[in-house]
Amino acid sequence: MLARLQENFFNLDVAWRYLPSIGEGMIVTIHLAVLIVFTGLGLGLLLAFLRALQWRVLSWPIVIFADIFRALPPLVVLIIFYFAGPFVGIRMSGFVATWLSLSLALAAFAEEIFWAGILSVGRGQWEAARSTGLRYGQTLGYVVLPQAVRLAIPPLTNRTIAVTKMTALASVVAVEEILANAATAQAYSANTTPLTMAAIAYLVIFVPLVAFSRWIEHRFAWKH
Amino acid sequence: MSTTSEPILRVEGLHKSFAGVEVLHGVDLAVAPQELVFIIGPSGSGKSTLLRCCNRLEEPTSGRIVVDGTDITARSTDINVVRRGIGMVFQSFNLYPHMSALGNVTLALTKVLGKSRAEATEIGRAALDRVGLLFKEAAFPNELSGGQQQRVAIARALALEPKVMLFDEPTSALDPELVGSVLAVMRDMRLSGMTMIVVSHEMRFARDAADRVVFMDAGRIVEEGPPEQIFTRPQHQRTSTFLEAVGGH
Ligand SMILES: Nc1ncnc2c1ncn2[C@@H]1O[C@H](COP(=O)(O)OP(=O)(O)OP(=O)(O)O)[C@@H](O)[C@H]1O
Ligand SMILES: [Mg+2]
Repeated sequence: MLARLQENFFNLDVAWRYLPSIGEGMIVTIHLAVLIVFTGLGLGLLLAFLRALQWRVLSWPIVIFADIFRALPPLVVLIIFYFAGPFVGIRMSGFVATWLSLSLALAAFAEEIFWAGILSVGRGQWEAARSTGLRYGQTLGYVVLPQAVRLAIPPLTNRTIAVTKMTALASVVAVEEILANAATAQAYSANTTPLTMAAIAYLVIFVPLVAFSRWIEHRFAWKH
Repeated sequence: MSTTSEPILRVEGLHKSFAGVEVLHGVDLAVAPQELVFIIGPSGSGKSTLLRCCNRLEEPTSGRIVVDGTDITARSTDINVVRRGIGMVFQSFNLYPHMSALGNVTLALTKVLGKSRAEATEIGRAALDRVGLLFKEAAFPNELSGGQQQRVAIARALALEPKVMLFDEPTSALDPELVGSVLAVMRDMRLSGMTMIVVSHEMRFARDAADRVVFMDAGRIVEEGPPEQIFTRPQHQRTSTFLEAVGGH
């Protein structure tokens, strides 16, 4: 029983053979994750800033965007981009489709989190800044947003980890990331050890991220 | 008090409504340069609203407010330019918590007045020195006592060299033992010739430092005069009732 478990899940021969493939998958996963974090958070912050300008032509589409992309399962968006895109002349690689769909999902959540942060900065901060002659946009940029970003950090780190883990979805659109490579290896070797390796690879990437989020939450714990 | 000189701030027939409910029913007030006008009155009488109309944190419903010759309610007036010349100090300090004391003071110097960083730092440090807090320039608001925070807030306004300073209950959020340090700074500002409008319950400070005391009730100015007159010989029943209630006699 124990021997069979080892044979199937912790087979060293198989592990050694497919280590390079899993390693390449890790690089693709990290590459995707980093792109998604920067695009998603950057776009989310930009959208929250634009929404805060209280210009209806902008804020309505932003709210609708955020609601739609928070509601849609990212896998559905990904498949639409990748498989339906070509029908309307938009052809993108699985990598780009994953990057786009997850960035939009993260941006939608980040916009809402930044927006909640903006709203929770007290009226007194606005009034103090405006009373010194700062304009609305300056007050937003120099006084309100820096505080909103701090308030947003704990919920943002959690959401960011949740979305970047979904890079595993890229395996369904032929991106050779960790899970896809592990599944291929499993098929070739008729052994599930590559899946164990995939799980370990994800832990290697994401446990430090989780630890980092703990540290950052602690660091930015709000003090008044 | 110099009644002859042209007022630096003039409020004429000011009305203010919130959602159709009028809370200021035609207020007239003229403040001379270097004058310290003290506004007292019961809660809800419209003191804060009057003050906040003077830099248009609240939009007047009707009436005129002229600051140093500029009608600040006129449509052609850029309110952001006007506000540089009007300092405001709030009951709750409202320091920017993510900036040091010096950062709080220099933000508007660089972003509004366009000063260089070096110049802003020099002006900012001088302003902190004036309120006795140069040694705290690097401290963040959460590292300062309430009294120190309020003095930084005063320095933030002072650094812009305003023509008028508005104070809305600057000591009401402070522990009693910290009130004195803030009042000392205000006294010092008065001696250096700053025009000040102060809403406060510090009656003793009013007696000592005010040129004129204005009593408001229910959205109107009921009476005004030199402190000794208002405090010892009020002309109106409502004034004496209020003063008895707050123990200002
Ligand atoms: N933003 C607002 N919306 C609606 N009503 C308001 C608003 N601000 C003030 N009011 C009302 O206007 C009236 C005057 O309020 P104001 O704050 O000017 O009084 P105050 O004299 O400063 O009182 P206090 O001594 O309690 O500070 C009150 O009835 C108050 O409820
Ligand atoms: Mg008030």
